[in-house]
Amino acid sequence: MLIKLLNTLLMIVVALSITGVINRTRAVWAGRKGIRFFQHVYNVELQMRKGAVYSTTTSILFRIAPCVYLGAALLAFLFIPVANLEPMLSFHGDIILVAYLLALSRTALILAALDTGSSFEGMGAAREALYGALVEPALMMGMATLALFCGYSSFAEIFSMARDLDMNLTVVLVLVAYVFVVIMFVEAGRVPVDDPRTHLELTMIHEVMCLDYSGIDMAMIHIAGWLKNSIFAIIAANAVSVAFCFHWWFAAPLAILGTGIAIGVVESFRARNKLTRNTTFILTIVAMSALVLLTGFLLIQNIEI
Amino acid sequence: MELYLRTKNTASAVALADIPVVEYVELYNDLKERMTQERYHVGHYFATETENGLKFYMLLLDDEQGDVLITSFVPDYYASGLASLTAIHQAFHPFEREMHELYGIPFDNHPWLKPLRFSHDRRDRNSTMDSYPFYEMEGEELHEVNVGPIHAGIIEPGAFRFICNGEQVLHLEIALGYQHRGVETEMVKSDNRLRQTLIAESIAGDSAVAHTTAYAELSEKLMDTEIDEHLQRERFIGIELERMAMHLADTGALATDIGFQLYQVACEALRTVTINTTQAWCGNRFGKSLIRPFGTNHPLTEAKVEIIRRNVADVRRRYMELRSDILQSQTLLARFEQCGLVPREDMKRIGGVGMAARSSGLKRDIRCTHPSGFYASGVAHEPVLKHDGDVMSRLATRMDELVQSADYIEQALASYRPSGKLPAPNYNAQFKADALSFSFVEGWRGEICHVALTNAEGRITKYKIKDPSVHNWLGLAIAVRSEGISDFPINNKSFNLSYCGHDL
Repeated sequence: MLIKLLNTLLMIVVALSITGVINRTRAVWAGRKGIRFFQHVYNVELQMRKGAVYSTTTSILFRIAPCVYLGAALLAFLFIPVANLEPMLSFHGDIILVAYLLALSRTALILAALDTGSSFEGMGAAREALYGALVEPALMMGMATLALFCGYSSFAEIFSMARDLDMNLTVVLVLVAYVFVVIMFVEAGRVPVDDPRTHLELTMIHEVMCLDYSGIDMAMIHIAGWLKNSIFAIIAANAVSVAFCFHWWFAAPLAILGTGIAIGVVESFRARNKLTRNTTFILTIVAMSALVLLTGFLLIQNIEI
Repeated sequence: MELYLRTKNTASAVALADIPVVEYVELYNDLKERMTQERYHVGHYFATETENGLKFYMLLLDDEQGDVLITSFVPDYYASGLASLTAIHQAFHPFEREMHELYGIPFDNHPWLKPLRFSHDRRDRNSTMDSYPFYEMEGEELHEVNVGPIHAGIIEPGAFRFICNGEQVLHLEIALGYQHRGVETEMVKSDNRLRQTLIAESIAGDSAVAHTTAYAELSEKLMDTEIDEHLQRERFIGIELERMAMHLADTGALATDIGFQLYQVACEALRTVTINTTQAWCGNRFGKSLIRPFGTNHPLTEAKVEIIRRNVADVRRRYMELRSDILQSQTLLARFEQCGLVPREDMKRIGGVGMAARSSGLKRDIRCTHPSGFYASGVAHEPVLKHDGDVMSRLATRMDELVQSADYIEQALASYRPSGKLPAPNYNAQFKADALSFSFVEGWRGEICHVALTNAEGRITKYKIKDPSVHNWLGLAIAVRSEGISDFPINNKSFNLSYCGHDL
């Protein structure tokens, strides 16, 4: 039980810290001092103390969506182990559940965006639906690769059995980690796919869907975002630590620093994609994860090419 | 009979009696032919009230000879039966729309006779922003996106109505006129010249120096005095510093809009140095209080010249580095190249001016075609021309002009020994009576035109202002056609047009 608690605690630390690392990395590259490390947490704490304002054109769908969004993300969050620790919840086949909990949370937000009747939010919802649908195969094949190596279909089992893996698989595991980090760029709406800091509604994807939310609802959406980030960051870090050093004290800092710095650097040194190029970008990840799955399969079967 | 009075941008004010009064039909037929030539474009066209109805004045620019052609006509009392010039040359559209709005002149066959800026003294009080006749398209698969008029950030009001097919923009209509500032009326309300100068400074905050220079030159032409050569040189430096600051700001803003942090912060830092230089000179970062008619309160001194020289050289050196980085940045080029095309023909058709026109390969630059002040005597300006007409061209024009401006400032300061003593501003000189005075100044955005008419006592009775934005807003609407709607912000920023310069 203690191990499960430690696992959850570590996951929370990862969830809260990634945004801080991103902000700090960006500040360093911009030659600035930067905001406080946990400024985003204080902001959300402030929002939680505020009431919400609702547009009169919205229905009940709009009000329950943040709860569904947060609830689904939180449930998925509880299935993820940090390296050799045990997660709160686990059963056979939970990788499928996690994937579709994430899809459920996205659907809730898309419906809420459409519910407002705003043309901005409608465009955002259309973009989110397209990119969500495109990125899903990459997510499934990434998870399938992990399942294939271990012959199990729950995150807890995959990573607990992973220490006996053949060293040959190292390169594939690193590539799996890469795929998950890039999926995180899409899911978290970071540059080059989306830009969380932009003030231009016409270019937004995720942010524009939350335009009508305020106060506690906005806080829930932010928290769910952190939880989703930590899920992808930890899976990626786990995959790397399987290959090198399978301990929670290695995987958790790796998740925070690896993804945080990667996103911070990318956001400092490149422009956003043209929106039409995003589909190409996401399909490239899908192709990449298909390749990873195939390579993994060949290696497991010891098939000589 | 001569249809036009030919004069120069450097000449003094012209007497109203010297301006030919022609028949509209003759003028119309002449313009029909004349305006097809690229060397001509319309500088201003407006109507003014007289005892017997309206009198129309038109200023054309001849880029080849550097002349300004002035003409006027008086239609019948109801100004009926005026065939629309917009129908044949679209560059006339904002002027005819303005006159229609103010005086209800029914231009025949005008293709787009919509209100321009909803000024408080418009003819039809029932024509309000709520009843603006937006263009509409029918279609199951089309959707409309309305942005504004309340800006989500800190900029000014304007309504942008997109008609889209999915992500693709089919049509954009820009409706401005939410500010009702009445600048032109304010200019003639009081004879206080200092007040007029301050209003001129506030026409468009980002072109304060250029607009005030236009006012100052206009009033000096009415005074009919010689202007100190050193004063002209210092005004020149003021305008070029403003150009540098704004081009830097826009380079940074374009980087912001594509989420490119590095170039954004680099440009912001350089812009701060530039506007702080202006502040060190005149106490205001945007150059307010720098330009005054006939003289100045802030003559350059040896120390100030040294500050400007050092800072401009520093900005130039650091910007050169940044520029070569930007030109090699693939992700940036992928966003800007082939985006928001305005072909040369379209730019010419709508009468585009300034750096946006030069980015489409259209040579419109008052500094070389109609130079005045130090531009006429001190530099031989060769405009920067780009030919692609896309966002990247507009950025490249900015980058080249910035370096050019830095060179000009250096050049103007190199041989300059400031005396620290320049004439004081003169707010009381008698103006020429019954005259028309105009001035054209190339601000960073394009040609700024001010025109004033005086009465028998030498009071200004009519003041007309034209910011380059009036021409170029239509260019933005053309640029985004068939682009993705998510590329609108970078197109908008690449033009960076003025709302308040339009909503006078």
